[in-house]
Amino acid sequence: MSEHTDEAVLPREERRVSFAERWALIWRDMKLNHSCYLLLLPFLAFFTAFTVIPVVMALPIGFTDFNMSNFPPNFVGFENFYSLFVEDDIFLIAIRTTLIIAIFTGPISYIMSFLLAWLINELHPALRTFFTIIFYMPTVAGNIYFVWQLIFSGDSYGYLNSIMASLGFGTGAIQWLTDSNYLLYCVVIVHLWVSMGAGFLAMRAGFQSIDKSMYEAGAIEGIRNRGQELIYITIPTMGPQLMFAAVMQIVAMFTADLVGRSLLGFPSTDYKAHTIMTHAYDYGWVRFEMGYASAICFILFLAMLISNEVIQKVLRKYINN
Amino acid sequence: MEALKLRRQKEHEKFERSKGKSGRVGKTWKKDIGIIIFLSLLGTFMLFPIYIALVASIKPVQEIFINPPKLYAINPTVENYEQLFRIANNSWVPFSRNVFNSVFVTTTATVLHVFFACTAAYILAKCRFPGVRLINKIIVVALLFNSTATYIMQYMVMARLGMIDTYMALIFPLVADSLGLFLMIQCIGQVPDSIIESAKVDGASHLKVCWSIVMPNSKPALMTIIIFQVQKVWNVNAGVFTFNEAYKTIPTVIAQIAAFGISMQGALGAAAVFLMTPPIIIFIISQSQVMETMAHAGLKE
Repeated sequence: MSEHTDEAVLPREERRVSFAERWALIWRDMKLNHSCYLLLLPFLAFFTAFTVIPVVMALPIGFTDFNMSNFPPNFVGFENFYSLFVEDDIFLIAIRTTLIIAIFTGPISYIMSFLLAWLINELHPALRTFFTIIFYMPTVAGNIYFVWQLIFSGDSYGYLNSIMASLGFGTGAIQWLTDSNYLLYCVVIVHLWVSMGAGFLAMRAGFQSIDKSMYEAGAIEGIRNRGQELIYITIPTMGPQLMFAAVMQIVAMFTADLVGRSLLGFPSTDYKAHTIMTHAYDYGWVRFEMGYASAICFILFLAMLISNEVIQKVLRKYINN
Repeated sequence: MEALKLRRQKEHEKFERSKGKSGRVGKTWKKDIGIIIFLSLLGTFMLFPIYIALVASIKPVQEIFINPPKLYAINPTVENYEQLFRIANNSWVPFSRNVFNSVFVTTTATVLHVFFACTAAYILAKCRFPGVRLINKIIVVALLFNSTATYIMQYMVMARLGMIDTYMALIFPLVADSLGLFLMIQCIGQVPDSIIESAKVDGASHLKVCWSIVMPNSKPALMTIIIFQVQKVWNVNAGVFTFNEAYKTIPTVIAQIAAFGISMQGALGAAAVFLMTPPIIIFIISQSQVMETMAHAGLKE
């Protein structure tokens, strides 16, 4: 919207410009818009220091044995990556756990957010507000994992055990948080509990902003029930919100760590709830082997980028149909 | 022929009936009741832990060890809140210092974030200059890398810049949150160009336009990023980047009290209630504005 846009575009279509000339034009354009850069600077400075550099530096530091004290660190090549995939058994467990948590919480909470947003939207406006607040509340309340510890507690003070006993199915107390058969379920449940976040709000808002006349037009065109309404009208118009929610979901899935650590302590029994992020925490925070931790982070970032690409492609294909 | 006509007529009547009063197909009060029951059941699951925290905070110590555990307090008291302040005050720094830290860090990080994100979003949404498309793309990708994903890598940056054990370590990583900037860009994109252009004709600078035209026109978005930012910063565990007791925030203190175990559940409940009340109230007050903003939170292309 800058007033200088036209000047920059015009010469380009007149004739083929040389490389140097083009850069000269861009440079002139940049100088003309210097106030834009000036206003961007504060945000971009913080953004570069605390998001871009940490993400970009993960690979180079992953090639070293940096441990916060040996500066400059030694270059060790692919050693970190080699030991991650070949020697480090716990990392393989971590990949497995992350995938389990991702598969159980990701699609379920994505579909749940959509379904809940849809159902809430069918109600009276006052009830809509009420239910939206209720489902979003756990995300706001955040760090009350001690309550879940009380609920899942293995001794006689655990709510879940006491409820089960009073209903008549208990064959004794179950150590929900330390028995390796059960603890992953507990982590998944708590993950689902906090999963109605920004993605859910975006979906709620998306439903709310759909034009009512589209439904009336749909009814005239022959749409007979809510199911058809959902498939032919709602989902296609909700495309952008669905994609945004998918990104939020991917972040929540792959960075799963804090819930498990707060609930079960660190490390968990048999490393059953040990995710990739927990592994990075272990090496980065507990042992300060930053080179190794960076290699783990790099793999995590790569996995997030790839799955984001794939999911966005699949969703886009579906939505555009 | 006659039979076919009759059948058509019947089908049409059925369809008309299914539309109901609201003009939507298949909308009946029976379905609404079903939806309400379903949502209430799930809502109970969502609220249960919050309710338990509330109950734990008003249970007297004697009732904690009743077996089986009660879902309510027989003699509600406020002694847990008193105990919380007593314990917290007996630690190395007074609890008021932790409260101050939380409030100070939250306010500073939110003000900086909102101001920087707003100016940057205005530039990225409404100005065309070399590099703007690239930066916009990077911001969308950066939605993936929020601070929980990068905090280990951030530690190295902060150690290099000498920020460990200062307020900067708590505030700076949260200033440039990409989600807030993204929401702001989406919403400022809705502000009509004409009013911005007319201000520019009057000779207003970018900063002036942003301050006096764009910001007043995107109040819901501002409110939303304030809420998200307050939630994020308020709950941040300061134990990650600071090791000095003097810089610890309320969540860190609560984590420390939690280490005492089950007998401290009263104090923990009190602390949890103390911690979650401000963000919940802020959210309830401004939820309609949040919904208005989130309607624009889509990834297009």
